[in-house]
Amino acid sequence: MSNIPSELKYTKSHEWVSDNENGTITVGITDHAQELLGDLVFVELPEAGKALDAEEACAVVESVKAASDIYAPVAGEVTEVNEALEDQPELINSDPYGEGWLFKMKAADPDSLESLLSADDYAAEAEE
Amino acid sequence: MLIFEHSTPGRRATAQAPATTAEIDLPAQFLRRSDTGLPEVSEMQAVRHYTRLSQKNFSIDTHFYPLGSCTMKYNPRACNSLAMLPGLLQRHPLAPESHSQGFLQMMFELQEMLKAVTGMAGVSLTPMAGAQGEFAGIAMIRAYHDDRGDAARTEILVPDAAHGTNPATAIMCGYKVKEIPTDEQGDVDLAALKAAVGPQTAGLMLTNPSTLGVFERNIMEIGRIVHEAGGLLYYDGANLNAILGKVRPGDMGFDVIHMNLHKTFSTPHGGGGPGSGAVGVAERLMPYRPVPVIARDGGRYRWLTEDDLPKTMGRLSAFGGNAGVLIRAYIYMRMLGASGMPRVAEFATLNANYLEQRLRDAGFEAAFPDRRASHEFIITLKKQAKELKVTAMDFAKRLLDYGYHAPTTYFPLLVPECLLIEPTETESKEEIDGFIEAMIAIQREAETDPDTVRSAPHTMPNRRFDEVTAARTPDLKWQAGE
Repeated sequence: MSNIPSELKYTKSHEWVSDNENGTITVGITDHAQELLGDLVFVELPEAGKALDAEEACAVVESVKAASDIYAPVAGEVTEVNEALEDQPELINSDPYGEGWLFKMKAADPDSLESLLSADDYAAEAEE
Repeated sequence: MLIFEHSTPGRRATAQAPATTAEIDLPAQFLRRSDTGLPEVSEMQAVRHYTRLSQKNFSIDTHFYPLGSCTMKYNPRACNSLAMLPGLLQRHPLAPESHSQGFLQMMFELQEMLKAVTGMAGVSLTPMAGAQGEFAGIAMIRAYHDDRGDAARTEILVPDAAHGTNPATAIMCGYKVKEIPTDEQGDVDLAALKAAVGPQTAGLMLTNPSTLGVFERNIMEIGRIVHEAGGLLYYDGANLNAILGKVRPGDMGFDVIHMNLHKTFSTPHGGGGPGSGAVGVAERLMPYRPVPVIARDGGRYRWLTEDDLPKTMGRLSAFGGNAGVLIRAYIYMRMLGASGMPRVAEFATLNANYLEQRLRDAGFEAAFPDRRASHEFIITLKKQAKELKVTAMDFAKRLLDYGYHAPTTYFPLLVPECLLIEPTETESKEEIDGFIEAMIAIQREAETDPDTVRSAPHTMPNRRFDEVTAARTPDLKWQAGE
């Protein structure tokens, strides 16, 4: 079974969300998602400053098998993107919850994080 | 080995070399000073090099090629030999209409046959490939809404079972894409569709049968929902082979369709072209067809251009499309005749269902076990991947050793570890049985000797490619001295 850290929040579309407790959140894709995709070869990230709606397609990760959209877990504004991924998309495979993070954003409504899945809920989703 | 690596300075194929008697009168500053760097080989070396390369091909002329979604059917030799008649081969694309009546008649009749078999009001043959056909289709939808001043329609709906080209086409035409989920039986989720349509809906792009290899049973209801919201219905012709002569997109309510003549109408493809993405339209889109279109005026044939169709979405090629491909498709259709078309769909479907059932009997898991397959079907190897650590890719590579082209792998994305298998109507039962035996043998190997499967292919000129490195750090250029 893939690694699903209990302290993070999740989406059905396999993003993880970490509350940085300074008004920003960090977004990445789960271990399960990187496993399904296989070796990543290309990542397209949003621009810092871009305003996103919840569930808006805002990034693309591409493996030799498939290209997959990444969705904004909540509404807000992109504050920072992980530029290291441009040259090293494999960081998502090797460290999906650490060095393989995708982008940070400021949530428009801090309470919106409540609507995301817990680790247990996501584990149940991923099991299906 | 590349042809450059056979090069020896000064070697020539003299019989093929251009005559050098003509005076070169280009201004001196335009003459090249460096060597051209072209390979210097004899005629025989060139012949052997390319013949050897051609012998490495895995093609429909040499192997069973069940590449799902691609309709790799046999290309009858008659289509080729008739298309190579000197009168067709040597016709200049700029030849006047009066010198091209035979060619124009064939193209007019091709338009008419495509209209008849799809139930559309008009056809344009100019798109040069499926992608251009899609582009033309959505551009016509856009032209239609714009013409009516209906500028609020900014969104194209695309079911998640669609080809990846559909959302790409919608974006190319300036639309936003909204994805519609599929239910567990492979049909479009009607509740989600109803919730998604509105005054912003420009249209819906649908493949039927879908990429999941099943017929969309609610198509009439889907058409009603989209039309009532003011949107138009686009038919992706990827899987037209399954329904040819049996049911028509026009009768299902589609406003615009593209057809892949290189698939359904059996012109050679698989090496990147050339293709033909002819489009068909319902009455309301007639003014927007890409030009030129061929018309018959009092027993004469002529091109319709911007003068005749001022609202056209435009031109897609310098001339009237890929003439050689269109001629081959025309001959294929004339050989089939109206009575042959449904036989294509019947045998394509029969072959797919026979193959699916026998694979299921052998223990393989179908992705949609409750549905009858159309002309293709999906099996999922997720159990093999989990329990034996042998993936769909491993099966695909091992099939090459058994003399079969691999099915489509990892597409559609909705089904994990999938193989999308399309035998087409032109394969015999014996050929299909051979493929089934190979799949069973590979399953046995996966259980007893998994490393053999994981490291396949073993008999091909090249072993397994490192696709990851190739994608991450592509090395695309040959350089002298390497």
